[in-house]
Amino acid sequence: MGRFDAVVIGCSVGGLKALQAVLDPLPEDFPLPILVAAHSAPDSGGILPGVLGAHCRLAVAEAKEKKETRPGHVYLAPPNYHLLVENNRTLSLSVDPRVKYSRPSIDVLFLSAAAAFGTRLIGILLTGANSDGAVGLKEIRDEGGVCIVQDPLTAKAKTMPQSALDIGVADHVVALEDIPDVLESFVEKGNG
Amino acid sequence: MREAEIHDIEVQVFLEALRLRHGYDFTHYARASIKRRLEGLVKDMGHQNLSEIIPLLLREHDMLPKVLGSMSVPVTEMFRDPQIFKALREKVLPMLSTYPRVNIWQAGCATGEEVYSLAILLKEEGLYDKTSIYATDINDSAIARAEEGIVSQKCMEVYSRNYLAAGGKGALSDYYHARYNFVKLDETLKKNIVFAHHNVVADGVFCETHLLLCRNLLIYFSKDLQDQVLRLFYDSLVRGGFLCLGSRESIRFSSIADEFTPVDETLRIFRCCPRLEKR
Ligand SMILES: C[S@@+](CC[C@H](N)C(=O)[O-])C[C@H]1O[C@@H](n2cnc3c(N)ncnc32)[C@H](O)[C@@H]1O
Repeated sequence: MGRFDAVVIGCSVGGLKALQAVLDPLPEDFPLPILVAAHSAPDSGGILPGVLGAHCRLAVAEAKEKKETRPGHVYLAPPNYHLLVENNRTLSLSVDPRVKYSRPSIDVLFLSAAAAFGTRLIGILLTGANSDGAVGLKEIRDEGGVCIVQDPLTAKAKTMPQSALDIGVADHVVALEDIPDVLESFVEKGNG
Repeated sequence: MREAEIHDIEVQVFLEALRLRHGYDFTHYARASIKRRLEGLVKDMGHQNLSEIIPLLLREHDMLPKVLGSMSVPVTEMFRDPQIFKALREKVLPMLSTYPRVNIWQAGCATGEEVYSLAILLKEEGLYDKTSIYATDINDSAIARAEEGIVSQKCMEVYSRNYLAAGGKGALSDYYHARYNFVKLDETLKKNIVFAHHNVVADGVFCETHLLLCRNLLIYFSKDLQDQVLRLFYDSLVRGGFLCLGSRESIRFSSIADEFTPVDETLRIFRCCPRLEKR
């Protein structure tokens, strides 16, 4: 069995392009589930799965509550809902108050995933204009998981990756276009 | 043992204490959200760990409201998901208008924004006077707020937009008076609304219901508890009654899925099909 069981990704402003850059190169037999919290307008109607799915070889869909997380699937938090993972690795949704003005909140996803997956989690924080995600990334690290932060120089909005760097939680600071390779190398190293 | 695992034990012991001592059973709620809320409670009370609160939960008289308040977070909006209110207006209310009297039950009414939205719909469609609306929740302070009919001023812009998108026939401002930082909703909206404490997990059938709205509550429950509560809803609905759920909730995987037909599957509006033994 490999070293990791899941990947969580958080992003905000500029997130669509960044997500495409990370997901599009991944092969269809990518062996882990990928859970994504991307800030979006509450009334954007959930168009993101379709847009991302168009060029991606993984199965991209909006996260549904109680669904099991499956390898090679990408689960996106619905607009205006928090996405969480339970310890039995099924998905949950909530309409609890916004956290750092955000719902979905990256911290909410990361904190629950850190509890559920422990050392077996990879957290990735991409472009964004607020500090959501840094606290969650710290928790992933404290639980023994691995944290990748997009190099702010390659980010459309630097605040989000920078605030993770500021509290020193990045195991790897990686240029956007190199993130897929880094991700695959982790998976090969451990899962081969 | 990992810190997260110790934390899980604390949560489990806390929920057991709450159940045994006060009779409120949250053990079948989806755990990840419950954990977050209990962390909030611990912080608010200035403690480090949930374990420290357990003795207080058992012994201090004023703990229960505090705990219930933080475990049942009443988050809501007026005309949230406007398309759903539009569909209620266009597809469901015309059917209800054929009944001489109409009972509506809104379970999990929080601070009331949704039930007032419904009242506005009923007025505009001419059904209000023959309708009784029962709005229930387990959070008593939320119910008290709902009864006051007060909404924060800064939300009104979004709510007005939602109202129009829901097919509103006038302006939302026809239904409130602005006062300082908040607005007071028209008193006549609540004439036929009864606000009450009701726990869908523990309490029984509430009334003979023609339309049951329960939105964004089932997502907090385990699959088994969802099933149990949906069965309660089924038992409450008259033959041909309507059930309206939150936009990311479903009955498809529940054991009573076959008892309902979708009126609009994507908008989560269902109709209770007649079964022979149903009233
Ligand atoms: C997220 S709010 C939903 C409010 C509104 N229906 C909406 O969608 O805008 C959920 C509400 O359910 C209430 N609730 C939680 N557990 C409940 C139970 N067992 N019985 C009745 N209400 C409950 C909470 O107090 C809270 O007010």
